[in-house]
Amino acid sequence: MFSEFLQYLFTGITIGATYALIALGFTLIYNASHVINFAQGEFLMIGGMATVSLTAMGVPMLLAIVLAVILAGVLGIALQRLAIAPAKNADVVTLIIITIGASIFIRGLAQLVWGKEYHVMPNFSSDEPIEIFGAVLNSQSLWVLGIGAVLVAVLVYFFTRTLTGKAILATSMNKDAARLVGIRTQVVLMLAFMVSALLGSIAGIVVAPITFTSYDIGIILGLKGFVAAAIGGLGSGMGAVVGGLALGVVEAMAAGYLSSDYKDAVAFSMILLVLFFMPRGLFGAKIVERV
Amino acid sequence: MMASFSQFRLKGLVFLAIVIFALPLFITNPFHYGLATQIALIAGAVVGLNLLVGFAGQISLGHAGFFGMGAYFSALMTSNYGWSAIPALVVGAVGVAIIAWAVGRPILRLKGHYLSMATLAVGFIIAIILNNEREITGGPDGMPVPPFDVFGWELSPFGQYSLFGMEISGDLAWYLFAGVVLLVAVWLAQNLIDSPIGRALRSVHGSEVAASVVGVNTAKYKSLVFVISAVYASVMGALYGHFQGFITPSVASFDFSILLITMVVLGGMGSTIGVIIGAVVLEVLPQVLADFQEMEMVMFGLILMLTMIFMPKGLLPTLTGYLNKRRARSAGGDA
Repeated sequence: MFSEFLQYLFTGITIGATYALIALGFTLIYNASHVINFAQGEFLMIGGMATVSLTAMGVPMLLAIVLAVILAGVLGIALQRLAIAPAKNADVVTLIIITIGASIFIRGLAQLVWGKEYHVMPNFSSDEPIEIFGAVLNSQSLWVLGIGAVLVAVLVYFFTRTLTGKAILATSMNKDAARLVGIRTQVVLMLAFMVSALLGSIAGIVVAPITFTSYDIGIILGLKGFVAAAIGGLGSGMGAVVGGLALGVVEAMAAGYLSSDYKDAVAFSMILLVLFFMPRGLFGAKIVERV
Repeated sequence: MMASFSQFRLKGLVFLAIVIFALPLFITNPFHYGLATQIALIAGAVVGLNLLVGFAGQISLGHAGFFGMGAYFSALMTSNYGWSAIPALVVGAVGVAIIAWAVGRPILRLKGHYLSMATLAVGFIIAIILNNEREITGGPDGMPVPPFDVFGWELSPFGQYSLFGMEISGDLAWYLFAGVVLLVAVWLAQNLIDSPIGRALRSVHGSEVAASVVGVNTAKYKSLVFVISAVYASVMGALYGHFQGFITPSVASFDFSILLITMVVLGGMGSTIGVIIGAVVLEVLPQVLADFQEMEMVMFGLILMLTMIFMPKGLLPTLTGYLNKRRARSAGGDA
């Protein structure tokens, strides 16, 4: 009984940590521009796919990961510079549709380059699972959790201790005021897209050994990240992390105890419950630090 | 945005009627009739969605859910319980209205884009149920839908009908029917704009705070327009199912929801004729791009992005704005 529960909990926290990273990416861009970036999932896909194909070409794994993350970062900058920035005076809804166009475009390119097949990525370390109280923990789960925790810590440091981080925060709170004190808000926007792409690609890489990867993996993962961000209260960094973990755990429990067919329905019902009873999300109402 | 709502009105309706009834002069093959019928029905749903976007300033990311509910309810009632198509369509629409009201009423009290998240969730839940309840809906494989019928008279794309003494094919009959439905949908939408509800909604769009100060129950009116837009989707979905003769859960999918909202934004938010153009473009484009095979996705994404970057207000408003500017310039030159 207990080992079963523990097993679902491990699965849930692992996938939840990934959702949290994706949700943080959404939150960053949302705070900086009020745009819901539907191309967020594509950053994950690029991270995973580029790593897989680079290692297949004989590049050592660590270098492949670094290159894949850089590629995603460049893509994030390109998205902001080439697609979002030129449509300066557009409605937010129009900007959202632009990100949808961008995601279809990127997915199309990925399909051309890498084909439609699923690709397998090896675990970072041993394939030997770890046993805890009868439950099995994939060693990759530890990588996901560890790297997730490090990234969150880095983000907290970035936003509270560095001038650049504070400039992003200031812009998200009040764009005009930020511009008045000399912050170049266009550069801030670009940075937000870049950091968000870096986060997304790292999430995509660490989770790839568990979920496999393919050109269209970004759709569902991106969506789950958005759900997590919505549950946490769109715009709150803390909410994104908690929302991601909560979503992952609830999903795993629902799949284990109820029905795996309806696990996604449970996830989406969570949005409705949160909106009905805590309309600003788990963390939106209180004044919390915005990541 | 509001100007383009009122600008067209009758002119737009007449223009649309001319295009719809002139099109059969240029179409010869059944495939094109099928495509045109499909576009007309989807455009009807888009006209409804545009009311929500244009009036309440809200976006729905789950409208396909309502479309799919209408389609499946009508399909199930007519095929399993022997209902006639019209009562099935009406009862389905009432059911969708109740769901939309239950979701919209609490959420539209809040400011911000919360409705988009709620509709995304509702749309997904509907799609998941349709996919998983195999015994009722046939699951991912879909289910057949009987032809549309009125008082025992059936309308099927494969039938033969006589209209004003002319023999016409079922394809053409369905196309004309869908065209009339679209005209009615546009006419109703335009009337809504002129009604007291429409005035209240416009005041909400102008300034929500000012509207609520003078006693307009903004949340109620926003919920009302959301319900109306959901009913539009449900009715069009029901007709779409009868026309296709077969439906799968893809009619309720997130992809389709995104396609619907994209049609609104691409065509021009708030412009009834504009969003119909958006529907035509986004339905015809994949047919054209199908020749590019592997490049299809890349081209589609690129065209969507570029159009929105260079015409952020949408196709029709940008075009009319350009024409007006030119006209003003040439008028100034004459004087």
